[in-house]
Amino acid sequence: MNRLAIPKTYKLYIGGKFPRSESGRVYEVLSHTGDFLANAAKGSRKDARDAVVAARSALGGWAGATAYNRGQVLYRIAELLEGRRNQFIDEIESSEGVNAAVASAQVDEAIDRWVWYAGWADKYVQVAGNANPVSGPFFNLSVPEPTGVVAIIAPQGTESLLGLVSAIAPALVAGNTVVVVANEHAPLSAISLGEVLATSDVPGGVVNIVTGSPAEIAPWLATHADVNALDLVGAGNLDWVELQISAADTLKRVLPPEAGADAATPALNRILAFTELKTVWHTKAIL
Amino acid sequence: MTNSPLATYQPDQRALALIGGEATDANLRRYLHGIPGIDAVGLEARAADLGTRSIKTSSKRWAIDTIIGLIDLTTLEGADTPGKVRSLVAKALVPDPGDPGTPRVAAVCVYGDMVGSAVSALGSAHAAGGTDGVNVAAVATAFPSGRASLAIKLADVREAVAAGADEIDMVIDRGAFLAGRFGQVYDEIVAVKEACRRADGSMAHLKVILETGELNTYDNVRRASWLAILAGGDFIKTSTGKVAPAATLPVTLSMLEVVRDWHRLTGVRIGVKPAGGIRTSKDAIKYLVTVAETVGEEWLSPRLFRFGASSLLNDVLLQRQKMTTGHYSGPDYVTID
Repeated sequence: MNRLAIPKTYKLYIGGKFPRSESGRVYEVLSHTGDFLANAAKGSRKDARDAVVAARSALGGWAGATAYNRGQVLYRIAELLEGRRNQFIDEIESSEGVNAAVASAQVDEAIDRWVWYAGWADKYVQVAGNANPVSGPFFNLSVPEPTGVVAIIAPQGTESLLGLVSAIAPALVAGNTVVVVANEHAPLSAISLGEVLATSDVPGGVVNIVTGSPAEIAPWLATHADVNALDLVGAGNLDWVELQISAADTLKRVLPPEAGADAATPALNRILAFTELKTVWHTKAIL
Repeated sequence: MTNSPLATYQPDQRALALIGGEATDANLRRYLHGIPGIDAVGLEARAADLGTRSIKTSSKRWAIDTIIGLIDLTTLEGADTPGKVRSLVAKALVPDPGDPGTPRVAAVCVYGDMVGSAVSALGSAHAAGGTDGVNVAAVATAFPSGRASLAIKLADVREAVAAGADEIDMVIDRGAFLAGRFGQVYDEIVAVKEACRRADGSMAHLKVILETGELNTYDNVRRASWLAILAGGDFIKTSTGKVAPAATLPVTLSMLEVVRDWHRLTGVRIGVKPAGGIRTSKDAIKYLVTVAETVGEEWLSPRLFRFGASSLLNDVLLQRQKMTTGHYSGPDYVTID
């Protein structure tokens, strides 16, 4: 007897929950050969708005967690990715049209990259911060602090999982919370990553994943006054100059689009891009 | 208007005519328990249905400005200071410094001992019972519990009125109400109303807080609403904001129905003030719809409807900024109170 396949209709990942798009819209996710794979939610501006609210309310807890704890939580995600590697490999094979070895290599690299960034959580402050020399009986300390809510347009090309991980991991390290617009044509890795995050130790709202059209959603995130930074890494095909201009109205930190094989390569600078340097004076102890 | 003979009575005789005798426990109980009960399921379904209306674009714009004009901007904390009240008044006068076209709120609501600070901070913008400016409302009668002797409650009211309060928000004695001592509750409201009289004979507006969260049933809410109106309250108010649940849409709907019935019976318009728990403009718009559908749009004026709220104003301002600028605003762009 022939069995009827049950295609899945995926939802968004906002505030630790999986809501449908407020608009009720979905779109078809196709394989590289044009076959139907699944339905994904087509997020609207209001979904992006809800995601920003969730990210904002999660910020205090995530930024306030100790660096050591954040590192552990991020490392745990890598562990869970490892456990789900077959699912990710299948999805990458079908949506990107690569063979199992290439897909497997991409998943490996994504996991390694996640571990690499997790390790920075309790180390980047030592590298980027400083005890400044002053001529007086004071400490003068500069320490990096998270910028706040970071909106990210995920890389839209191939390597959907690696691109997504490369974009969100560095923002999370410092304690920022993230609203990410997933790869429009290959969103399955992002959706599965959402399912991984939901079962990991990451507090709800720290990562929010909106699937749908970046061209439709990005302008709303760029102008949103409660978004503190905008990573346009995957916005190369959008009118990203206009997005930068509108982001300037609310003084956001902005990273430009990147393309090619070395897009969003792991670097300390990607972590520091979403930090603010706070400098404080403190008296030296009087003994 | 109404053809009921009740409309021809003097206000103080109206209640007595309706309940058929003096306001004793027995007479009031007979009357209040004779009021038809509430279909709780139907009430909640009706309220939920009213909450589904979609209010967009120009209607939303109108609703947002109307909501601001209906807010009693409230601070009722143990930690209130004259400075806090001054900043509250500043926000009441200019809710959004970035947009001078933003309407002012209806009133500020403070504890009785802060009335002086509020009045002096308002200065010439003090509406003093009128509509041009901002009024000062004071909570009184041993707010929020109401657990004090009548003499102390009345002194509380008189002091607030003497300090310049235009509106008094009193709490009913829920203990007496739940124990069935309706006469005591009635007499207290009458006495407080009398204490609202100023030296020149004019009266401060009296809002009667039912504290619906402690009344347990919709039937009790309906009875308490009738009782408060019979005793002479100008407004009936859901809650102190100190007890959960505070204002809910079904409770407010049931109170509005009493107000509607009273208007049909006597031609007199009583105000309603949901307070506590209304934090988003989306919620507030549901209340506007409920008011318009139950008692009519005439009630959407600060004379007859108020929101008791503190955090609601910021959310409404964010919505207003969104509509004005075309992009989403954030909490960094409104003042923190």
